[in-house]
Amino acid sequence: MQMALKIGFPRTLFYFLYYPFWNSFFSSLGFEIVTSPPTTKFSLDLGVKEAVNDACLPIKLYHGHVAELKDKVDVLFLPRMVSVRKLDAETFCPKFLGLPDMIRNSIDGLPRIIDEKVDLAKGRFAEWRLCKKVAQKLDVYGFKVWQAYRKAKRVQEKYIAGLAEGYSPPAAMEVAVTGAVAPLKAALPEPEINLAILGYPYLIYDSFVNVGLFERLADMGVRPWTVEMIPPKRLEAQGDKFIKHLFWHFSNRTMRGTYYYLNEKKVDGIVHVTAFGCGPDAMVDKLMELEAKNYGRVPFLTLSLDEHTGEAGILTRIEAFVDMLKLRRRKG
Amino acid sequence: MKVSFPIMGNSYLAFKQLLEDLGHEAIVPPMPSARTMTLGTAHSPEFACIPFKILMGTYLEAIEKGAELIISSGGHGPCRAGYYGVIHQKIIEELGYTTKVMIFDSIKMGFKEFIGNLNYLLNTGKSSWFTLIKVYRAIWDKLMALDEIEILAHQIRPYEMEKGLTSKKYDACLQMMDQARTRAQIAEVKEACVQLLQAIPRDPNRKPLKIGIVGEIYVQIEPFANLDIQATLGEMGVYSKRGIHLSEWWTETTGQTHNERAAIQAAKPYLDQMIGGHGILSVGETILHSKHGYDGVIQLAPFSCIPEIVAKGILTQVSRDYNIPVLTIFLDEQTGKAGMQTRLEAFVDLLFQRRQKRLEGAVS
Repeated sequence: MQMALKIGFPRTLFYFLYYPFWNSFFSSLGFEIVTSPPTTKFSLDLGVKEAVNDACLPIKLYHGHVAELKDKVDVLFLPRMVSVRKLDAETFCPKFLGLPDMIRNSIDGLPRIIDEKVDLAKGRFAEWRLCKKVAQKLDVYGFKVWQAYRKAKRVQEKYIAGLAEGYSPPAAMEVAVTGAVAPLKAALPEPEINLAILGYPYLIYDSFVNVGLFERLADMGVRPWTVEMIPPKRLEAQGDKFIKHLFWHFSNRTMRGTYYYLNEKKVDGIVHVTAFGCGPDAMVDKLMELEAKNYGRVPFLTLSLDEHTGEAGILTRIEAFVDMLKLRRRKG
Repeated sequence: MKVSFPIMGNSYLAFKQLLEDLGHEAIVPPMPSARTMTLGTAHSPEFACIPFKILMGTYLEAIEKGAELIISSGGHGPCRAGYYGVIHQKIIEELGYTTKVMIFDSIKMGFKEFIGNLNYLLNTGKSSWFTLIKVYRAIWDKLMALDEIEILAHQIRPYEMEKGLTSKKYDACLQMMDQARTRAQIAEVKEACVQLLQAIPRDPNRKPLKIGIVGEIYVQIEPFANLDIQATLGEMGVYSKRGIHLSEWWTETTGQTHNERAAIQAAKPYLDQMIGGHGILSVGETILHSKHGYDGVIQLAPFSCIPEIVAKGILTQVSRDYNIPVLTIFLDEQTGKAGMQTRLEAFVDLLFQRRQKRLEGAVS
């Protein structure tokens, strides 16, 4: 039998939200899907070398992951994320829109790239049409594409549900992709501090980038709450609090998450994790700060990450913030 | 009502007249200065781009002068500029002012709101739709005339015998234009300005280098933001053509012209996706400039501008493929005139030597 074609998927950016879908889709069609290893100093350095120097950390990381992956695969799957739903003018950050072009023009020796446009705001059955087009590029046609699409959709739904139940992305992925039974979660004692950790999935769930933020929080007895833990329906319902929707999908998610944790599930404080020089976040961060103040002066901290972020610096800031919250609570 | 608006190049002369003719008191904010920048930076998010900060400062200075309403343009993204209005309004409220920011989004995004905004302006100024149409024509002429004069000044400057004379005459032109109000007067003043500029003594033997300026619209148009790059280049004996003028932008966004199509088409092999702002145009125009025999291209962009960063990443490849030098200048509140001047001189030197080599090559 012929060796299965290897399709590469970088383990960053969209990986944390959309990987299970594509993993299931490609495997059902008989391809082997290969991801880059989790972020390391090596992938970061590669990215810094390859990417345009004014780019932000996530974009550099993406370049790094692609560079690490390119020689191990036959095809790179770098979807061009344009929109995932119909909502005003919602799209993704312009850097995402031009990402496949940036990659092509800055990295040498790339394998074939599939950069199909993910533009689900346009027309009906956009998801299905997208899958059909991707399969077409791989020379697969017919009913099995439909089956693969249906299965991938179920896997994706399961994954999102797993995240909403509070499983970490790797655990939820395991459950969704392999169909394993979810490990029982030990009933956690009521923590002293509940903290909303809001930001984009590629910063929140990449523990190299955020220098192990979640482990540190666990050590301090803090329970973190993320955007993905919000029941999707409740998250949707926050939409009416906007004056005008932001233009970027992840930013709208973060902002909705902020409203949710300010209104419905009260937390002791909000931490916004952002990347140095992030364009959309310049707006989002200010909005979050102002809203946190307007909704009962909820303490707010911005953690800005870049390629020089050190563990000590982040730890000190988080510790100080948590100490402040504990003090505040004791004072009542 | 006391109404104000942002400063963007010389367009304030037209907007001032528009508001006055509609029966409002136009508050022209002070020209952007170091103080504007300091005020704006102090109250803006750290990573907001420089247009946001200058506008923030301008608004606060307009409020100091008593503005009750500030009019600005919106947008549909994904460039951040489309969200400026919301954040500016929030910051102004946060500082305890009651001034409102009125945003004119594209009429396609919200017909009702657009008309509603206009209606409000007309009612509070006690003007009719008929006045608006009459005024609009005059304003349009004025915008066009201002752009024409500016372009002419940029064409003449590299040849001027007395350094700085063109800029002086150009300033005089602006003052004259401020006085003109009817369409007939505007046409007359335009004629006078053209003659005034044409009368500048010139050295016809000079062969100025040609540089195309591409990049983000605000920093291209507002001389304070780009440290008056076109005048600086002109006085170095370089002719520069920038990608966009406000009147062109207006005809383009309202669908009266389609000049952008050529650039978008040219960019296609490199960037096949609208990325907001003027990113795709920066790529396309660079290619077109190369084809039209320009010696080099300068890309102007605010620091942390998202579309222009994408464009920059792609321009390195374009520069290689089309053999045209590209200098990218990211502007922020720290950019100093001396640093800019040095970089420009070095770039111009390089272009000059390249041309020299090419000419020698052609001879031998």
